[in-house]
Amino acid sequence: MKRKMVTIDGNEAAAYVAHRINEVIAIYPITPSSPMGEWADEWASKGVKNIWGTIPSVTEMQSEGGASGAVHGALQSGALTTTFTASQGLLLMIPNMYKIAGELTSTVFHVSARSLACQALSIFGDHSDVMATRQTGFALLASNNVQEVMDFALIAQAATLESRVPFLHFFDGFRTSHEVLKVEQLTEEDMRAMIDDELVHAHRARALKPENPFIRGTAQNPDVYFQGREAVNPFYQKTPDIVQNVMDKFAGIVGRQYHLFDYMGHPEAERVIVLMGSGAEAVHETVEYLAERGEKVGVIKVRLYRPFSIKHFIKALPETVKNIAVLDRTKEPGSAGEPLYLDIVNAFVEAQSEGELPFAFPKIAGGRYGLSSKEFTPAMIKGIFDELKKEKPKNHFTIGIIDDVTHTSLDYDRNFSIEPPDVFRGMFYGLGADGTVGANKNSIKIIGEETDNYAQGYFVYDSKKSGAITISHLRFGKKPIRSTYLINSPSFIACHQFVFLEKFNILEKAREGATFLLNSPYSREEVWDKLPKVIQEEIINKKLKFYVIDAYDVAKKTGMGVRINTIMQTCFFAISGVLPKEEAIQKIKDTIKKTYGKKGDQIVQMNFNAVDQTLAHLHKVEVPGKVTSDRDLKPPVPKEAPEFVKDVTATIIAGKGDELPVSKMPVDGTFPSGTTKFEKRNIALEVPIWDADICIQCNKCALICPHSVIRPKVYDGKLLENAPPTFKAVKARGKGWPEGYMYTLQVAVEDCTGCELCIEFCPVKDKKEAGRKAINMAPQMPIREQEIENWEFFLKLPEYDRKKLRVETVKDSQFLEPLFEFSGACAGCGETPYVKLATQLFGDRMIVANATGCSSIYGGNLPTTPWTFNKEGYGPAWSNSLFEDNAEFGLGFRLTIDKHNEQAKELVYKLKEKIGEELADAIINAKQVDEADIAEQRDRVEELKKKLKSLNGDPDVKNLLSLADYLVKKSVWIMGGDGWAYDIGYGGLDHVMASGRNVNILVLDTEVYSNTGGQMSKATPLGAVAKFAAGGKPLAKKDLALKALTYGNVYVARVAMGASDAQTVRAFIEAERYDGPSIIIAYSPCIAHGYNLKYGAEHQKLAVISGQWPLIRYNPELIKEGKNPFMLDSKEPSAPVSEFMDVETRFKMVQKIDATRAKAFLEEAQKIVKKNWLKYEHLSKMEY
Amino acid sequence: MDLKTKYLGLELKNPVVPSASPLSADVDTVKKMEDSGAAAVVMYSLFEEQIVHEQEELDAFLSQGTDTFAEALSYFPKPDEFHNLQAEDYLEQIRRLKEAVDIPIIGSLNGVSAGGWIDYAKKIEDAGADALELNIYYIPTDPEMTAEKVEEMYIEDLKRVKNSVSIPVAVKLGPYFTAFANMAKKLDMAGADGLVVFNRFYQPDIDPETLDVKHDLEFSTSYELRLPLRWIAILYGNIKASMAATTGIHTAEDVLKAVMAGADAAMTASALLQKGVEHISRILTDLQKWMEVHEYESIEQMKGSMSLKSLAEPAAYMRANYMKTLQSIR
Repeated sequence: MKRKMVTIDGNEAAAYVAHRINEVIAIYPITPSSPMGEWADEWASKGVKNIWGTIPSVTEMQSEGGASGAVHGALQSGALTTTFTASQGLLLMIPNMYKIAGELTSTVFHVSARSLACQALSIFGDHSDVMATRQTGFALLASNNVQEVMDFALIAQAATLESRVPFLHFFDGFRTSHEVLKVEQLTEEDMRAMIDDELVHAHRARALKPENPFIRGTAQNPDVYFQGREAVNPFYQKTPDIVQNVMDKFAGIVGRQYHLFDYMGHPEAERVIVLMGSGAEAVHETVEYLAERGEKVGVIKVRLYRPFSIKHFIKALPETVKNIAVLDRTKEPGSAGEPLYLDIVNAFVEAQSEGELPFAFPKIAGGRYGLSSKEFTPAMIKGIFDELKKEKPKNHFTIGIIDDVTHTSLDYDRNFSIEPPDVFRGMFYGLGADGTVGANKNSIKIIGEETDNYAQGYFVYDSKKSGAITISHLRFGKKPIRSTYLINSPSFIACHQFVFLEKFNILEKAREGATFLLNSPYSREEVWDKLPKVIQEEIINKKLKFYVIDAYDVAKKTGMGVRINTIMQTCFFAISGVLPKEEAIQKIKDTIKKTYGKKGDQIVQMNFNAVDQTLAHLHKVEVPGKVTSDRDLKPPVPKEAPEFVKDVTATIIAGKGDELPVSKMPVDGTFPSGTTKFEKRNIALEVPIWDADICIQCNKCALICPHSVIRPKVYDGKLLENAPPTFKAVKARGKGWPEGYMYTLQVAVEDCTGCELCIEFCPVKDKKEAGRKAINMAPQMPIREQEIENWEFFLKLPEYDRKKLRVETVKDSQFLEPLFEFSGACAGCGETPYVKLATQLFGDRMIVANATGCSSIYGGNLPTTPWTFNKEGYGPAWSNSLFEDNAEFGLGFRLTIDKHNEQAKELVYKLKEKIGEELADAIINAKQVDEADIAEQRDRVEELKKKLKSLNGDPDVKNLLSLADYLVKKSVWIMGGDGWAYDIGYGGLDHVMASGRNVNILVLDTEVYSNTGGQMSKATPLGAVAKFAAGGKPLAKKDLALKALTYGNVYVARVAMGASDAQTVRAFIEAERYDGPSIIIAYSPCIAHGYNLKYGAEHQKLAVISGQWPLIRYNPELIKEGKNPFMLDSKEPSAPVSEFMDVETRFKMVQKIDATRAKAFLEEAQKIVKKNWLKYEHLSKMEY
Repeated sequence: MDLKTKYLGLELKNPVVPSASPLSADVDTVKKMEDSGAAAVVMYSLFEEQIVHEQEELDAFLSQGTDTFAEALSYFPKPDEFHNLQAEDYLEQIRRLKEAVDIPIIGSLNGVSAGGWIDYAKKIEDAGADALELNIYYIPTDPEMTAEKVEEMYIEDLKRVKNSVSIPVAVKLGPYFTAFANMAKKLDMAGADGLVVFNRFYQPDIDPETLDVKHDLEFSTSYELRLPLRWIAILYGNIKASMAATTGIHTAEDVLKAVMAGADAAMTASALLQKGVEHISRILTDLQKWMEVHEYESIEQMKGSMSLKSLAEPAAYMRANYMKTLQSIR
């Protein structure tokens, strides 16, 4: 039977099969497995049926713990059930996995294997998560490439039904889950042939059912638990043979033969590598290369890792084997070796002791590779094989890093390459926003699905969400592609953004004679002289063919705006020669029709037009024979940066982090604060310019700025003497400033993302020209140099005395120095203005527990991090524990602080005489409410520390010295998104609120899981389209504020900065001053809402005036005064909800899918608004 | 009594036609219009901006932020297709109306550039519209834009539409032409089956407090009929195209005036928005009563009876008329 060839990624391959052979699917988003759940949900919403003709029921849960519970329940009640997860999510499933396995329940979990959070979180791939489930009793089956993912998803299901042992089917996160590869698609007939309905019926027959009542899940005692545990043995003993039989059956039907351990290589191999996962593909490819050249090498690909069959393993090895390297993609600190290594060693020991080893006991070395998607290349593999040649190969080695501390790493020849010349290898450098990746995915589809060529695509993304760089790696060739590593000698390089040339040597890897395509604002005649020196050298030395196009110009002329994807794709086909030009262009057009057709023919026509216009604007550059440029690449960080930043951070920024040796890394994940300021990204084409003449100095622009690039300052005018010539200053407006004080609003133009929120939020209109504001956008390039000078001067001006500011006002709050700056958040982010505000108000005594999510990523993702400190060296201390435990993590901070504060006070009391009674009393009795109080206490504590230092010997003195800082009030902040607060962390959040302890909870409510790509949470409003709610969310948003205020002693605020900045600032201050739990739920516009985020503040206003987001505060302090603690801060809704819902794509999309449903949503949403308003109004009128 | 009239070659049972307004977005309302006696219905306008921008907007916002960050390669689910793009919905509404009522349905296409929106003329025809009203709403803000170019653009648009459809096409336009009669003639020559005079441009207002430009909807008054009245009277008999008066038609008397000036149809929206579509039946009852009292037998009889050509004193519609008005004030 001829099966369809498709180019898909691993996640889609797994979901494709899983959706068709299950009845119930419980899901929860986590990178990199989220797309599997998204596919299943999307297919379910489109009516895609399983092989039994029914649409699987797909349900999103509140956590992976919840998903595994629901899976367990669905399995116990007889449904064929699956789930998809990774990393921390898989860890949360472990308790249920023991249960599911203990009860011998057939199921397959599909896992895109990912690193675990240890010294740091990592979203990338290794086997740490899977290895943590070895002991659960699940069978572990590894797929090494996208084809195997599809095949093994089916094999696992057939095997679990027969063996009754549950299966965890895994493949490498990103390398396989996100690699696009041409594969043969299994048909539904294949699935029907593989799945035995009798076994499905048997599964159902074991289900809990009142018609067949029994009890499962008893409590057992010392007398029988042990025997019960052993009762499963026969099932595990049979499983390897069952899996092999299923694999043989699969081979009969589909034609691809797999074995529990697949050997490939020289038939008389002496050196063999044993491993599993995508790395096995690279080893396969390298072994082929080396064996062809006579080297006696081979590889064992471990498919079924649990139950581990020693018999099958030993049988798979060539009898000539002398040296084995067992590679683990995980680390188990303190163990005698990593898991696969130990299993292999044990296999040999047992085989030998049983007399079943048919050859001499080989030397076995264990090694670690590829943690967190670290590259694993043929050069490294060759290095391992070379090591195995040695008399005494290094054991417990690492490969791919330089370990200069414990010297585990193997050295290898970095220039060794096996990339065949007949494989096209292209690297494409683009910006996230320019559509490069999307275009490349289309190109892969064209070449993979419409020609005989095999195709592979892998995409490397940025760690920042704004101005993000993407690098696409594309391979095309006549043979299947097993190169599971990045391209290192491209024959084609495309640079879609001219500015990248200033940042990196993107031609460093180009092979001689390669083609270089550049999107350039300069013509073919002008461009040469605009290139940096190193680029010119590369082009000349490597004899590159050099083409330019002004893609932005073509895009502008054809109505494409900034999306140059189609244009650059056309150029690629025109000059790469991968396909005949005419044919390629027709295929691009066909793809455009397919991709954009559903969005309307206008978009199709526009893209067609862009294709047609492209060729006329694409030119070959005549390369001069000599270098004419003397410009070098910019250094990644300035010379003034601290040593660590210059040494480590700069290397990471330059894209050379792989070269950092172990000794350069902090041993426990501790990094310095305040490093974003050294990474000048210059990503905004236009930046705000202050118009001092018409500015009213309200500071709203600074408040709303998501990246803290707009800073106001009031200072003594005398300091302007040495100001740079273009530095702007005007007399400070308003009462209370000392005579001669000046005001400046300075923009950090190199750090601005150009989002324009400030412009839209500025309340001033020029009386002479109403279209102008007190802050206006202007091109960055012409003013960059002068503004760099101005910014540096501005930073040197002293901060105004915090004690003298009325920080509860919007204006004065912005004179406080932000201690969160230049984060990697999206341009126009709605969350970061709140985070920044908190650091302005409390940053110098703040400790932050940050739930995993957008805020932990823009707040803590390397290379540089935005949490910083002031001139005195005080600033927020920040940490991220997990996603689910953040409230508890933060409460832990509070417990420590309170304990240490208490202990310090006890010691102060005890040492009163030595310290001096007056100081001791003042310290113990200090009220620390406002800025002045806290500053005074800080002075007292400094005085105390001085005194203590002068007293020696006494252990109490030393003890107090180490605790003295806790005498200054600390501000504990627990921050995270709605996914954390409403869903996965809600249990903990609730408990922490009920604890009565003084913590401040900030919920950055974007109404979806933003960081993983917009999945529905319980915060998602009714009628909004989100992933897992493809047809619009049918139920209302959970009212977290209302739930919180039922405790009565919790300070609660619901704020929206863009709608009422004054209420926001007030709420932050009240929440922090309240000596008990506080929660602020902050409306945060997000890219997942579907509108231009520069209008974020306007949308917040609409949310409030339509009653969708009523502003409230509940301050328990007021009860003491006999007042109603509930304050309804917004007015009765004055606009229909439709006015709000009509302007956001997340709501509007429903109209485009199903107008009747959209209408019903709108009516229901209006009813909810009305009902909520009545409820709040009632609360606000209650008498106390 | 014979109220019949012929507009765009369509036989209408009377001259009262609801003009383009949001009222036609609801099938039941259009049924009520028919029940109240409306002779035909001009649908709400399909705007060029809707066709183009809606698609562009959807494309832009759905792809915003995609393929940028490893954890979030997209932010929205991907529906197979979008069914209810406003343009598609418009065509669907034509089909629904054609099924629901027997009176002619006139589609309305509002645009200005030479873009892809013109293709929608054909789609409107295919959806079943009996005729098409081409509403060219253009404010020539560019000082480099000459009157000739503006006029050429109108003619070109019309020609493109005429070339793509076989149903009758009316052009609805504003009065701001230096030589309106000549413009009307050119459109007539270019194949316009009818002229609808005049489009009511919503004039922006300024809010001095907020320094914002405000847009709000002000209903027309009967007084505003004077401008179309004059030009219909002037054009009557000079062009082949049929004519409809619009702006200021509120009462039976307004309809009478329009017909007497030479209009084949009298179009009303403000009155229906204010008083409900049932108002049509009052207009028709009043119209018949008036005709009875004044012993008119048919609409055809009075059509153009007060046109420039028919008057003993043609100067009434010319400059002299202005002089006279001034004198009467004194």
